[in-house]
Amino acid sequence: MIADFWSATFAPGWWVVVVLKAVIILGFLTTAAAYLTYAERKVAARIQLRIGPNRVGPFGLLQPAADAVKMLFKENTAPAGRDKLLYLVAPSLAGAAALLAFAVIPMSAVQCLNGGPHIGQAALTCPSGYAFHWDIANLNVGLLYILAVTSLGVYSIFLGGWAANNKYSLLGGLRSSAQLISYEMAVAFALIGPVILAGSLDLEQIVSNQQHLWYVFLQPLAFLLYFTGALAETNRAPFDLPEAETELVAGYHTEYGSMRFGLYFLGEYVNMVIVASIATSLFLGGWLSPLPTSWIIVGGVPGVIWYLAKVVVLLFVMMWVRWTLPRLRYDRLMNLGWKVLLPLGLLNIMITGTIVALRAG
Amino acid sequence: MFREIAQGMSLTLRTMFKKPITVQWPEEQKPATPRHRGRHILHRYDNGLEKCIGCELCAAACPVGCIYVGPAENPKDHPISPGERYAARYEINLMRCIFCGYCAEACPTEAITLGPRFDLADYRRERTVVTKAELLEAWPNFEQGRGPSAARGAGSDQRGRELQDPGVSPRLAWDAAQAARGDAPPVPGAHGIMSRPPSIVGPAVRGDGGDRAPATAQASPGDAPAAGEEPAASEPPAPLTPARPRRRRA
Repeated sequence: MIADFWSATFAPGWWVVVVLKAVIILGFLTTAAAYLTYAERKVAARIQLRIGPNRVGPFGLLQPAADAVKMLFKENTAPAGRDKLLYLVAPSLAGAAALLAFAVIPMSAVQCLNGGPHIGQAALTCPSGYAFHWDIANLNVGLLYILAVTSLGVYSIFLGGWAANNKYSLLGGLRSSAQLISYEMAVAFALIGPVILAGSLDLEQIVSNQQHLWYVFLQPLAFLLYFTGALAETNRAPFDLPEAETELVAGYHTEYGSMRFGLYFLGEYVNMVIVASIATSLFLGGWLSPLPTSWIIVGGVPGVIWYLAKVVVLLFVMMWVRWTLPRLRYDRLMNLGWKVLLPLGLLNIMITGTIVALRAG
Repeated sequence: MFREIAQGMSLTLRTMFKKPITVQWPEEQKPATPRHRGRHILHRYDNGLEKCIGCELCAAACPVGCIYVGPAENPKDHPISPGERYAARYEINLMRCIFCGYCAEACPTEAITLGPRFDLADYRRERTVVTKAELLEAWPNFEQGRGPSAARGAGSDQRGRELQDPGVSPRLAWDAAQAARGDAPPVPGAHGIMSRPPSIVGPAVRGDGGDRAPATAQASPGDAPAAGEEPAASEPPAPLTPARPRRRRA
């Protein structure tokens, strides 16, 4: 039996596919994060009646490259009393937690290669042949894994704030951990709704269960709770207290410069992609087409495109919210998390559970 | 709460589809407002005579001492201004200027006003001292680069070059020109009505100029008969700002 496990897990082909997928996703996510900074600046500019970056390349499209070059060539300054190891480790953790979470996000339906019928968009397994999953690791407890891994992101922020030996950094880090703990609960409760409906923690299963009706229509409250909590978890306005400029200089990354700061920046945007991906998978039907697949043009669109389109829309909404709403005061943030979102999440679980139980019984 | 959020979100969304108000400077330029206080302009009368009579009231009024006026007697046959004197040199250190407009207020002939130009930054510190050639209002009949210096005789070509080239120390060049013409050697403190040395170039060089004042010959060009015979005579005037010693990194 151990031999079976060995051959199944460490068969050469398996590794090649996984590594290839991981490399592609890594490249995709870092590029996406770079261009999200560009998109963010463009959206912000338009909301403020400005034009935004338009000097580097056509429409300023090379701006992220210019930014990267600038950050890489800047001098690395570091505070004297820092914790030398943690100061270096913290920024690299920022992106890592987010990147890890992406391993289980299904970007399209399972495809059956080398024979085996193509069952359609709801396919989960192949009767024969090789099942190509559109994620790096096809985990049957994917959602649990995501919740576990995204919580690690707070370490980078808190360690960064601690290691810099700066009171503003420390305050930013403390706020961040308080905020993340408060909202982690609400987010987890919000995610239980779709899990109850789908009866699975497997993201592919959850998505394909939405074939007839997206969960956003069955669980609007959960979607709202998740999205609010997600904004808080990515430390974005109106919940950007960890880096509240008016109070904390720059918060946890006050003492970070050059590419170390760039890594925090990258981490925030990768986090946004992750959060949008989870929302897409759980509430917006992942790779499923919003239009009937019997339509000629719509039917031919691959699932990845639908998935990406939904993610982009969510990302836009996140930017839109950021440039509209002012930052919450700290006590109100805590009030909102513990006294509003958490009870609402529990209420949602209760209602959903009751209805599912009654219908099943 | 939800209504307010929706209101705000709809406002920003509507704004996104409006035309941006950005002016794409320098490709696009907005005309300055009539009372814009940008770089100075030296005006002329309609007949081409310069309004400036070299009275140095602007330099006296200037709270930061950024104006240097080098007045000279008006040539009888070729008057440059309607008054007795005219500004042979007129220089403004824009690094110091605070654009308060006191010079324009002090001017008895309305020769100097603050104009529309505001793009005054430069990569070279010397170029931020604007000379009369740049400040003076253009006039079609004005012979470019020859104006006042045409009637000056000896050293006139030298003067013309200084006017054109802001890379030369105005103070030292002025002294050199004075020496070339055989005028009295410049005495520190005898420049303006307020007995203030022309503080165009900042404290370091100001002290420098004061030190050099007795040794007039040092700055004189070779063709001047009144010049001394010291070997330093042929040296070009020092640059306006001496190279600052590089600060060592801590």
